[in-house]
Amino acid sequence: MARGDGASNGFPLVGLLKGMKVTFKAMLKKPVTINYPKEKETPVARARGVIALDPEACTVCMLCARECPDWCIYIEGHKEEVPPSKPGGRPRSRATLDRFDLDYALCMYCGICVEVCPFDALFWSPEYEYSESSISNMLHDQQRMTDWLETVPDPPALESS
Amino acid sequence: MSIDLTINFWLLLVVKVGLIVGVVALPLALVVIFGELKISAHMQSRIGPYFAGGRFGWAQPLADGLKFLQKEDLVPAAADSSVYRLAPYIVLIGTIATFVIIPFGPDLVASDLDLGVFYLLAVSSLGTLGVLMAGWSSGNKYSLIGGLRAAAQLIAYELPLVLAAVAVVIQAGTLSLSGIVEAQATTELFGLNIHLPYVLIGQGVGFAIFTTAVLAELSRIPFDMPIAESELTMGYLTEYSGFRFTMFFLGEYAGMISFAAIGATLYLGGWWLPGFDITSDAMKFIGPIVLITKVMLLAFLFIWVRWTWPRLREDQLQTLAWKWLIPAAFVNIVATAVFKVAF
Repeated sequence: MARGDGASNGFPLVGLLKGMKVTFKAMLKKPVTINYPKEKETPVARARGVIALDPEACTVCMLCARECPDWCIYIEGHKEEVPPSKPGGRPRSRATLDRFDLDYALCMYCGICVEVCPFDALFWSPEYEYSESSISNMLHDQQRMTDWLETVPDPPALESS
Repeated sequence: MSIDLTINFWLLLVVKVGLIVGVVALPLALVVIFGELKISAHMQSRIGPYFAGGRFGWAQPLADGLKFLQKEDLVPAAADSSVYRLAPYIVLIGTIATFVIIPFGPDLVASDLDLGVFYLLAVSSLGTLGVLMAGWSSGNKYSLIGGLRAAAQLIAYELPLVLAAVAVVIQAGTLSLSGIVEAQATTELFGLNIHLPYVLIGQGVGFAIFTTAVLAELSRIPFDMPIAESELTMGYLTEYSGFRFTMFFLGEYAGMISFAAIGATLYLGGWWLPGFDITSDAMKFIGPIVLITKVMLLAFLFIWVRWTWPRLREDQLQTLAWKWLIPAAFVNIVATAVFKVAF
């Protein structure tokens, strides 16, 4: 049964009138809409827009590719013989990166790869304008991943105490 | 219209109807549609139409209308074809017929019937018949429930609507809409030389009842159960497309204007602006502007309510109408009659 219309909220109709006050105020405020192609929204500095790669730091450890829930990271590398740094030492083998591709058509922006990277080779960048008309172009190769590095903001300062 | 034309009656009729539809109903409906798009957007912190027509998206209602006209006019296989095709026109005719007797100025009325209010209440209910026809003939369960809800709604709002209008008729002493405007402009308040519209002198409650009933009549939120989107897709409109959907759409907004005009005439003084002498020449020119301003204010109220309030259930509407509005309307009638006799 329809009992107590608005009775729980004090005098009847008061709630409805309060609502009308809210909508009237909202009508007079400036809309929050941003006219996107003409005006650009500035995302917060640490927004998760795109993942950037620092190839110098990467050790081809494959942790990111293995932890990725979507398996959207493709890494290839090879071992290189590095001559000994001191005479009489033995030559070291060093892993070198050949390919680091990330398929943004599959990526779900969980950020696990950035979290697990033990050598800080992956970073979040706030850039978001990389939509493509063909799905195959969503696969960013190593060069493109490296190019995003310029847009990565500086890390927050360490706490001093 | 007092233009003394010796031309054929039927020709004059066609001209009058054409003028009413082309000059009043259609442009005002487009303005109210645009207003609804813009106001609803800003109430939700959006911008609304922006690109159509260059600035402010002013051409959006026109673009929408053209788009609807290009769509295929579908008739479902299960539909009762002839009734289905006829229904939109019944709705539109019921709405447009009310424009005939609305006075836009001292002489600017298509036909000043002596039984104006009676005709108005009779004709405005015709739309519900069209809605019921549409719901019944569509061959769709949502349409059928929507049509039946509209019919059930009629039981709730029609009586308060009529009873609220009766109080105005008692106070004015006439059923003619022009007469009611004149009565508002000439009624003296306690012997003082102050003339006020009826909403300020005695009919405040009546105006509230009338507005509530009109919202139900127009199937607008909070009483939009016949087209409740979340339950019935679009109610009786579900199967309509193309030109016939446009008819319903225009009918809805033209109905808003016609009822706002009726409310403005009965309660807000119609084309008369308080402070002016009703017989002055100035009223002849500003009369239509005054009435349209009042209509737009009421239309804004309807839009404002729609984008703020939730939808009632059918039984809540019946409770509201039968337990609150109708008793209040009776008390209003009695009080008006007592005042009429006593003063």
